Amino acid sequence: MSNNDVFCSAADSLPALSEAVAAASSAHPIRIEGGGTKSFYGRPVEGTPVSTREHRGITSYDPVELIVSVRAGTPIAELEDALADQGQMLPFEPPHFGSNATVGGTIATGLSGPRRPWAGSVRDFVLGLRVLDHQGREQRFGGEVMKNVAGYDLSRLMVGAQGTLGLITEVTLKVLPKATASASLRLEMSQQDALQRLAEWGRKPLPLSAAAWHAGALHVRLEGGESSVKATASMIGGDTLEPGFWSELKELSLPFFAASDAPLWRISLPTNSAMLKLDGVAPDTLLLDWGGNQRWLKGAVDAHELRAVVQRAGGHASCFTPGAAEPFTPLSPVVAKYHEQVKRQLDPDAIFNPRRLYPDW
Amino acid sequence: MNILYDERLDGALPRRDRQEVLAELSRVAPDLTLLHREEDLRPFECDGLSAYRVLPMLVALPERLDQVEALLKQCRALGVPVVTRGAGTGLSGGALPLEQGVLLVMSRFNRILDIDADARVARVQPGVRNLAISEAASPFGLYYAPDPSSQIACSIGGNVAENAGGVHCLKYGLTVHNVLKLEVMTIEGERMTIGSEALDSPGFDLLALMMGSEGMLGVVTEITVKLLPKPETAKVLMASFDDVEKAGAAVGDIIAAGIIPGGLEMMDNLAIRAAEDFIRAGYPVDAEAILLCELDGVEADVDDDIETVRGVLAKAGASDVQLARDETERAKFWAGRKNAFPAVGRMSPDYYCMDGTIPRRELPRVLMGISDLSQQYGLKVANVFHAGDGNMHPLILFDANREGELATAEALGGKILELCVEAGGSITGEHGVGREKINQMCAQFDSLEISTFHAVKAAFDPDGLLNPGKNIPTLARCAEFGAMHVHNNELPHPELPRF
Repeated sequence: MSNNDVFCSAADSLPALSEAVAAASSAHPIRIEGGGTKSFYGRPVEGTPVSTREHRGITSYDPVELIVSVRAGTPIAELEDALADQGQMLPFEPPHFGSNATVGGTIATGLSGPRRPWAGSVRDFVLGLRVLDHQGREQRFGGEVMKNVAGYDLSRLMVGAQGTLGLITEVTLKVLPKATASASLRLEMSQQDALQRLAEWGRKPLPLSAAAWHAGALHVRLEGGESSVKATASMIGGDTLEPGFWSELKELSLPFFAASDAPLWRISLPTNSAMLKLDGVAPDTLLLDWGGNQRWLKGAVDAHELRAVVQRAGGHASCFTPGAAEPFTPLSPVVAKYHEQVKRQLDPDAIFNPRRLYPDW
Repeated sequence: MNILYDERLDGALPRRDRQEVLAELSRVAPDLTLLHREEDLRPFECDGLSAYRVLPMLVALPERLDQVEALLKQCRALGVPVVTRGAGTGLSGGALPLEQGVLLVMSRFNRILDIDADARVARVQPGVRNLAISEAASPFGLYYAPDPSSQIACSIGGNVAENAGGVHCLKYGLTVHNVLKLEVMTIEGERMTIGSEALDSPGFDLLALMMGSEGMLGVVTEITVKLLPKPETAKVLMASFDDVEKAGAAVGDIIAAGIIPGGLEMMDNLAIRAAEDFIRAGYPVDAEAILLCELDGVEADVDDDIETVRGVLAKAGASDVQLARDETERAKFWAGRKNAFPAVGRMSPDYYCMDGTIPRRELPRVLMGISDLSQQYGLKVANVFHAGDGNMHPLILFDANREGELATAEALGGKILELCVEAGGSITGEHGVGREKINQMCAQFDSLEISTFHAVKAAFDPDGLLNPGKNIPTLARCAEFGAMHVHNNELPHPELPRF
């Protein structure tokens, strides 16, 4: 069903990208750019900019197969529109952070939206990808089929690696049909009560697809068949919530995120974690997403103290405000050693986005 | 074609005296159970790919982490390869021993360490059986989703090593989608935590990399899996077709109707008859194909979807559609499918199970190709198929006691896998490469990609001591093996001599 007429904005700039990568060296590394909407997320990179934006277009999409292949420079919105035309979606609900957001940036940063705990993350839907290696040669990993366990899973390794292991040129994703019914509800309750309620619901087969606690209320989205959504909505009660809430939450554009100039922290925690006790931070000032697995903190906190508390709870914290010396939680010595060895093996001259994730590589 | 380790193609292995290695390992781990007499080694000579058998130099059965650590450190110091094994049910020879290697059997790590119902996770040791996790979680209304056919026997450690699937993958994913955290021991004896109980971790996704890595990057010593609430209900429809192609098209129609079934399986006539003969599942033996479509979830939604699917199946030309009346009949319908392999085994002295994946739209063409190949090679092939996710399990029937028939079966199997790759698919959907599909890897990946796999291996195990010869072929093997992946019409490995 791939129809070139439909995908009129297609363009292939593979030769130019290959050339740019091949020309790089340890003295002249590259900085991979897509739409620039997520450049804040990580350490600044010094290098020759190489843009994927001219390498764009859906190369194959067969709705019945539930599989789409798309070039890295394709605007994520364009992909979502093409899927929506067929009643399908990217289940991981990626944040855009701007209209220029590309598919490549979505894969490289590995960020997922409110549906993540129930549907899965970006990497869960990556079936395969193509990547330029350190000499600018395109290699293919994974596949363009639903199940494939041949070789090491290098396609998922690239997700969230922020372009430090290679330049992603094309990706194949599993997609799913949109749910037939949806309802969004707002229930006033304390954070403590919300966490307890979520733990109870979590053990039941309810059609939950998003749950966020913010400013004294639990916000819930139900998605599924007409019958179950209706029955669950009447069981849990609450007020109707504008569905636009989820888009604002995903895009970090709720008033919470703009309330002050203080740094924004993303805290990732195990399921059913208790309220975080942080010095100088009232627990009620946090915004909880992902049913409590992802918590947002806006405040001038000490990174080390925050990370100590979060790590004791089994999680990690990332700084979403540019300028942090260590935006990502430092790795344990053994894990760091194997990260460095993987990086050295796949990018021996350190040409790809040097020091984007950690200061040593 | 013999797939046993061949030093000429797979690389030289160190030669150590068995008694010396035994003495050294006993010295560093005095209470470690080590088997060395031939009669003790015999039960470990193969895994589920039983056509191939090799006696390991030694078998180690550790019970504690410090024993695993001491063993790995000492094997590294001696340069002795280590092949890790779980329950030994793998179908691709991933745990096939090496004559010059130690077989590290993790089956005594068999405890469920913790089930946290509110966090919906289970922390288990690698030797725990897949089904035992769901059984232990059941009182809390929870279960572990991936359900390979061997789930009563296979271990979760082996599931991680092969990224095992099952009949519910399309909706619930493979092992990689259902594991949160691993404790891993490196060949250097370091303890490493990969992943976390949170939904993500900083740095690279090493958790995904470890899944399906067939014990070549590290030894998994503990696994934290995600548990799901048991669906309120599950109902199964069985549709009969007088034409395989119609059944294949019906699969696409169900998905086009916006429905993701919990399980969607297809069997051809030979498989139907074998299963019916064995299990009496109530299958229509005259049908050319049947589809089993399971819908699970909230009762009201499932009932709605059953009606939709019934309509789709009728329109797609099903000659009969039956809804399992109750739980007993549902179990019976599934028993036929889950026992398809042994059922086929009763029809023939031996069978060889394949595991290719294709885009679903290619199904009619690939089935026709398999039927042609079956005639060409003079061996019958029964087809069972995870139709929802395009994962085929053609079963080649043969008799190993007939001169040359194993070789013919393997050659036919190899051709079927190449047909899958040609159709845009993969040589393995869920059984892994192991030793069985080592040559077909050269058809799926080119020499650059294979070199990249070797680079990843080198990052974790530069001396190549963990499970050497599995999963990733050497370039020398690919150069010798006929069906090389020719990329852009360039001859692969021009740098290598031809034999």
